[in-house]
Amino acid sequence: MANLQFDLVSPERRLAQVQATEVQIPGADGDMTAMADHAPTITTLRPGVLTVVHSGGSDAYVVSGGFAEITATGVSVLAEQALPQAEVTQDIYDQMVEDAKAAYGRAQETFKNEPGPVDDAAKLLSDMVAIGGHIGLTAKT
Amino acid sequence: MPNLKDLKNRIASVKSTRKITKAMQMVAAAKLRRAQDAAESSRPYTERFNAVMAGLAAGSAGSEAAPKLLSGTGSDQVQLLIVMTAERGLCGGFNGNIAKLAKAHAAKLLAEGKTVKVLTVGKKGRDAIKRDLGDHFVGHVDLSAVKRLGYADAQGIAKDVLARFDGEEFDVATIFFARFENVVTQHPTAQQIIPAKFETTEDAEATLYDYEPSEEEILADLLPRGVATAIFSALLENAASEQGARMSAMDNATRNAGEMIDKLTIQYNRSRQAVITNELIEIISGAEAL
Repeated sequence: MANLQFDLVSPERRLAQVQATEVQIPGADGDMTAMADHAPTITTLRPGVLTVVHSGGSDAYVVSGGFAEITATGVSVLAEQALPQAEVTQDIYDQMVEDAKAAYGRAQETFKNEPGPVDDAAKLLSDMVAIGGHIGLTAKT
Repeated sequence: MPNLKDLKNRIASVKSTRKITKAMQMVAAAKLRRAQDAAESSRPYTERFNAVMAGLAAGSAGSEAAPKLLSGTGSDQVQLLIVMTAERGLCGGFNGNIAKLAKAHAAKLLAEGKTVKVLTVGKKGRDAIKRDLGDHFVGHVDLSAVKRLGYADAQGIAKDVLARFDGEEFDVATIFFARFENVVTQHPTAQQIIPAKFETTEDAEATLYDYEPSEEEILADLLPRGVATAIFSALLENAASEQGARMSAMDNATRNAGEMIDKLTIQYNRSRQAVITNELIEIISGAEAL
């Protein structure tokens, strides 16, 4: 099977650079799987779990947003914040949920009469909570 | 001629100064390596990001619906200067050079009748331009408590800047920082971040992308991140430059202290010899008189 070059970079470091067979991306408009010869696409990410399947097995990363650039030969994911799933402890996850909650609270205050930003923040929060289900952690309520 | 005791004290004091500058130089060298690593590992992100942004921006440039962060507010009357310097001194001309560039830029804008606002990042630069531009200060970001620069720090600054932009406090924002070239060379640089400018690489093959969600939405989502990314890479460059500048400044200081110690030691030996000769003359002439 044809491979594609997978890069996962965050502003602080490069997390992964492997030859992958498929990459499952949590896109803003829905999950998608990229394989070789995918149509060139740029999509924003929602907080979620990104899975890379390569010859040595598969890796999962928790990403908190950013965007992905998919071409026929490769996938570059530019994540705002990304961690290998194994490194996400309950503490880190709590912090992420906490941040999302704070952002939601701020949005509610600043944009009282504009539903747009408030809905976005609410979606961010629910995405964050949903990540917990995927990686076996629960959000504190 | 200073007496022997004074000279001795002087030599001891210069020696301890040399010890301090030597230690600072070595600390700076260790920190420089860390800062350079950090700057290097952020580079792939910045490069990919700018490449994608350049493509997107080229697509929507000139259209009516282009976001303000890209097209500007249609005016350049109010200019925000974000001056990034170090929190500490003793790093040669590093802070001074950035401050000088910012001052020259501000003077030019003021001469053109523009309104200038200054946001400072780092204590030293703030002190350096306070006398000339103190009236134009609108804010200050203190990073002295930050041990290791993270993306979150840049996001904090970006959030502040974007809030001011949304509040229509300024039209154009420019950041001032020193680009790291090597240990002895750092270039003070001015870079305009709002409205965003991207180097358009015309020769790159223009791939036609599908956009999900729409192109406009992605652009609106990414532009604020672009501000944070630009600030983050400027902060990292600055951190590396600061350590590089400090390292070479302290290297010079150590060498100067060494030269000074040699000179003082010679002077000390000469005057000690002069005292001995003097005493001998006194003894001999005393003996002859008998």
